[in-house]
Amino acid sequence: MVNRLRRNMLLTVPAAMLAGPLAAYAQAPLRIEITDGVIEPMPFAAPVFVADAASADLAARITQVMVDDLTGSGLFREIPRNAHIGQVTNFDAPVRFSDWSAINAQALVTGAVSASGDRVQVRFRLWDVFGQTPLGEGIQFEGSAASWRRLAHKVADAVYARLTGETGYFDSRVAYVAESGPKTTRRKQIAVMDYDGANARTLTDGGSLVVSPRISPDGRRILYTSYEQGTPRLFMVDAASGQRQAVSGVGNMSFGPRFSRDGSQAIYSETEGSGSNVYIIDMGSGSRRRLTDTSSIDTAPDFSPDGSQVVFESDRGGTQQLYVMSAAGGDARRISFGDGRYATPVWSPRGDLIAFTKIVGGRFHVGAMRVDGSNERLLTASYIDEGPTWAPNGRVLMFFRETPGVDGGPQLFSVDITGRNLRRVPTGGFASDPSWSGLLS
Amino acid sequence: MRMTFKAGLVLAAMALAGCAGPAVTVPTVPDAGFSGGAGSDLAGTGAETIYAGTLPGTSISDTVLFTVDQSSLNPRAISVLDQQIGWLASNAGVTVRIEGHADERGTRDYNFQLGSARASAVRNYLVSRGVSDGRISVTTYGRERPVAACASESCWAQNRRAVTVVVSGAGA
Repeated sequence: MVNRLRRNMLLTVPAAMLAGPLAAYAQAPLRIEITDGVIEPMPFAAPVFVADAASADLAARITQVMVDDLTGSGLFREIPRNAHIGQVTNFDAPVRFSDWSAINAQALVTGAVSASGDRVQVRFRLWDVFGQTPLGEGIQFEGSAASWRRLAHKVADAVYARLTGETGYFDSRVAYVAESGPKTTRRKQIAVMDYDGANARTLTDGGSLVVSPRISPDGRRILYTSYEQGTPRLFMVDAASGQRQAVSGVGNMSFGPRFSRDGSQAIYSETEGSGSNVYIIDMGSGSRRRLTDTSSIDTAPDFSPDGSQVVFESDRGGTQQLYVMSAAGGDARRISFGDGRYATPVWSPRGDLIAFTKIVGGRFHVGAMRVDGSNERLLTASYIDEGPTWAPNGRVLMFFRETPGVDGGPQLFSVDITGRNLRRVPTGGFASDPSWSGLLS
Repeated sequence: MRMTFKAGLVLAAMALAGCAGPAVTVPTVPDAGFSGGAGSDLAGTGAETIYAGTLPGTSISDTVLFTVDQSSLNPRAISVLDQQIGWLASNAGVTVRIEGHADERGTRDYNFQLGSARASAVRNYLVSRGVSDGRISVTTYGRERPVAACASESCWAQNRRAVTVVVSGAGA
């Protein structure tokens, strides 16, 4: 899908730009630091991408999705078009930086869209307005007409990466449970959507209770727990075809699956007697091995990004707390020590943090701590805030917030790991149990 | 990496909706001898109605209740189960499924296990009193199937339950 712009697209790019890092420039590169607590969103301008008349509407939609990605991150602020002085009508014409510096745009995104048959090409360049320089090479993305949103997300991911120094998260999918009907007989369906709520579709018919969908890093498969065969057990559904099957090799009461980073294994819990234990199953062979062996409730496990360690919750010490142990077995060490109960740990794809649900003082919180349990921070609070899942770049968490009472229900929200930029993720109705894929390829 | 977190940035309004729901029956459950646990929870609300059914053709409750985050059987639950055991003894062809449930004040994953532990506690008691293990299966619904939907203890107490469901053999 990705192509470097052809050489002749780069004629206006200084040679040094092509060869070396931005630090080669005397002036510091345009860069937004997102590791600090207080951030002033970076103002940017994004004129509608250039297109011929036949593709003008598509170009406008692609530009808007790209803009929405960037502004939705909370790190960028779009300067509205009615404030623009300059216009971009030719993708390869020199940029009049004074037009953009005059409206205080620090970054400028220019682009062009062309379509032929079922194929769409999107080219873009990113400019440091005050430095009067391009930021990186121009890039062209190509895809089918139906994938136009992904092309927009890929442009936004590239812009985000160049301006933050971190990978983006926009070209990604989220599995979740779509909920409808009365609270006492809630109908639940496994569903999948783009990270921003677009292209949502259900994958199960609602005839059986389903919970805890967990999407594979490549976004293609979804593990979940279903009552389809009477007892709650693991199933897997193909996100494209909707084909589903019971996962062979797991017990009749199996819960809370999560894929390993390479998708070859899953970790989950099985009920045994009045407790439950953590298992790892090889998705190819169906062979499983038990990781914990207790009479307590050990559940909600997740792998570390490299697969060498696992984190899970256990009430072995009397209350629900978080534990880390080797994926090869051995002793588990407790990492949570604050007041209240800790649950649903998920390991950051960057490896540095573990996000969790915490129940304390009658309220539910989503929080994060370092993997050794230090530096715990609570990011949200409500009647029920539960089940965080990491964005592909480890900067943002999505979770569900459930309102109380007869008419209450869950909705999806995202928040960044500084606790800022809380946003509702649009879904048609009630939604719970989000699971964020990796960046798509 | 340096991060600045802020706790409690988002404080959603907690609108406490009133209780509503289908009150199925009002089984008579003895309070005598009970202390603590779910009984005191219920007493505090004045709730006399339990959203529960009965075993077929009887007034024996199919439901026992549990204390917050506990799966142990209290005296009131044992009294109900003793009645169920008597009925099972005189209906030897009946098989049952024990369905364990939890209130919504725990996480989904944990509540599945808590519901399972409650169902197991009921099964273990029935077996200890002579009901054949082969007549009993267990499952859990966690917090997924509340009988009472309000956001207060009067409803949560009713959802912390294990229900004995007749699978086959009744009415023969």
